[in-house]
Amino acid sequence: MQDLMKQSPFGAYLEHLNKGELAYQVADDGKAVFFPRAVAPGTGSSNLQWRVSKGLGTVYATTVVYAKDQPPLNVALIDLDEGFRMMSRVEDIDPMQVKIGMRVKFRVHPGDEKQPPYPVFTPAGGDT
Amino acid sequence: MSGLKRGSIAVVGAAESDLGQVAPHTSPVDLMAQATMRALDDCGLKLSDIDGVFSAATQVRTAPMTLAEYLRIKPRFFDGTAIGGSSFMAHVSHTQAAIEHGLCEVALIAYGSTQRSVSRAAASPRERNPYEDPYRPFMPTSAYALAASRHMHQYGTTREQLAEVAVAARQWALLNPKAWEKEPLTIEQVLNARMVSYPFTVRDCCLVVDGGGAIILTSAARAKSLRKKPAYVLGVGESLSHATISNMPDLTVTAAAESGPNAFGMAKLKPADVDMISLYDAFTITPILFLEDLGFCPKGEGGHFVSGGAIAPGGKYAVNTSGGGLSYCHPGMYGLLVMIEAIRQVRGECGTRQVKDCEVALAHGNGGVLSSQCTVIFGSESTL
Repeated sequence: MQDLMKQSPFGAYLEHLNKGELAYQVADDGKAVFFPRAVAPGTGSSNLQWRVSKGLGTVYATTVVYAKDQPPLNVALIDLDEGFRMMSRVEDIDPMQVKIGMRVKFRVHPGDEKQPPYPVFTPAGGDT
Repeated sequence: MSGLKRGSIAVVGAAESDLGQVAPHTSPVDLMAQATMRALDDCGLKLSDIDGVFSAATQVRTAPMTLAEYLRIKPRFFDGTAIGGSSFMAHVSHTQAAIEHGLCEVALIAYGSTQRSVSRAAASPRERNPYEDPYRPFMPTSAYALAASRHMHQYGTTREQLAEVAVAARQWALLNPKAWEKEPLTIEQVLNARMVSYPFTVRDCCLVVDGGGAIILTSAARAKSLRKKPAYVLGVGESLSHATISNMPDLTVTAAAESGPNAFGMAKLKPADVDMISLYDAFTITPILFLEDLGFCPKGEGGHFVSGGAIAPGGKYAVNTSGGGLSYCHPGMYGLLVMIEAIRQVRGECGTRQVKDCEVALAHGNGGVLSSQCTVIFGSESTL
């Protein structure tokens, strides 16, 4: 059981990100759990193991946000190969060219003084 | 299988508050109270008859309590279930349970918002989410845009088909004197409008206006003696599938696929029996998803279903005859107004946009980011 007096699920996730790692949890049935939790969804089991993802995934859905006075920004849902989905952004490519099915790989965005580091993705070449 | 009884309660009074842009410093509860008195006037009941209060509003955290204070009424039953725009369909279901079990006899469901006056950001501050916030999605729009991207990818749905939904809503709105939008709209205008979150332009997105509404419900027995034709509650269904878009299991299938069949099961009806369909059109993709999930067309065919003016006035299906959240009004959590149009159609009060022989109307509410889905089926006396 995550001892919430010592560390939060997000705190543990962030600790991995600070080491350049994308972490997720695995439940008793071997299935990936994301977002990180204090107890396993569906069962309530306290047995959640932390794992580090290989960082490879596929774009599941994508949009481009057009905010006032800002360059267009990609927002995507990524299906990681380990079997979990997360929101992220695909960088190093025109946001409109991010396509569903595109293979992508993880890297850490360093964030800034207000925003802790967070995962982003770049094209990995090829699609599914 | 619902434990509730088909047709045991009815809506007897229904009204909007003032809609559009209200005077400075008007509060959301001012609008709730105004709509409440109009709904009471609609049915001939008095404030002191109300013994159940159901309400939710993003600007009023303890809505049933705040509204009861304002009206100086002392309900013996209250419920503030807040699951976004479908909250009020859930309130109808909970009202039915409460009335059937004698917990209250005359229920008020009310809503109000001043989101146009105070800004959407001020009216609906978003909860922080460290797994989504860093990507700066424009919420809730981007969540629905992600769902649209998936539907387009999987089923070949086009931006033109999405635009058909907005154009049909506008044509209905031109028949509704209370609608915010007064000018015609073309598919080209939708496609060429300012892009907000691809594939949505601003014309694929619902309005941001002030407003509210109220409905009064009571037992079927008491409803018969009141001023207007009752709109009986034939079936209800409530379902949730997620809270955040990152956690929606399949972006092309909503929990309406559960709430719909539950409501139809209780009503002992099928989609073909529905004369008018009132769907929460927060964005142009939502009616397409709900028409599929509620069983009006097979999964993936929603884009085709709405094409060629099929859901516009004179089309094959009467959908969102008020003009919807896209063109009539959208004061934040719009679900109560989705029901008010369905109720008016069943009563035959809709003037030039009235659906002929409308005996059964379905109202479907959506909350969060396709998260909560609640369905209510209303019927006239002939359906009992």
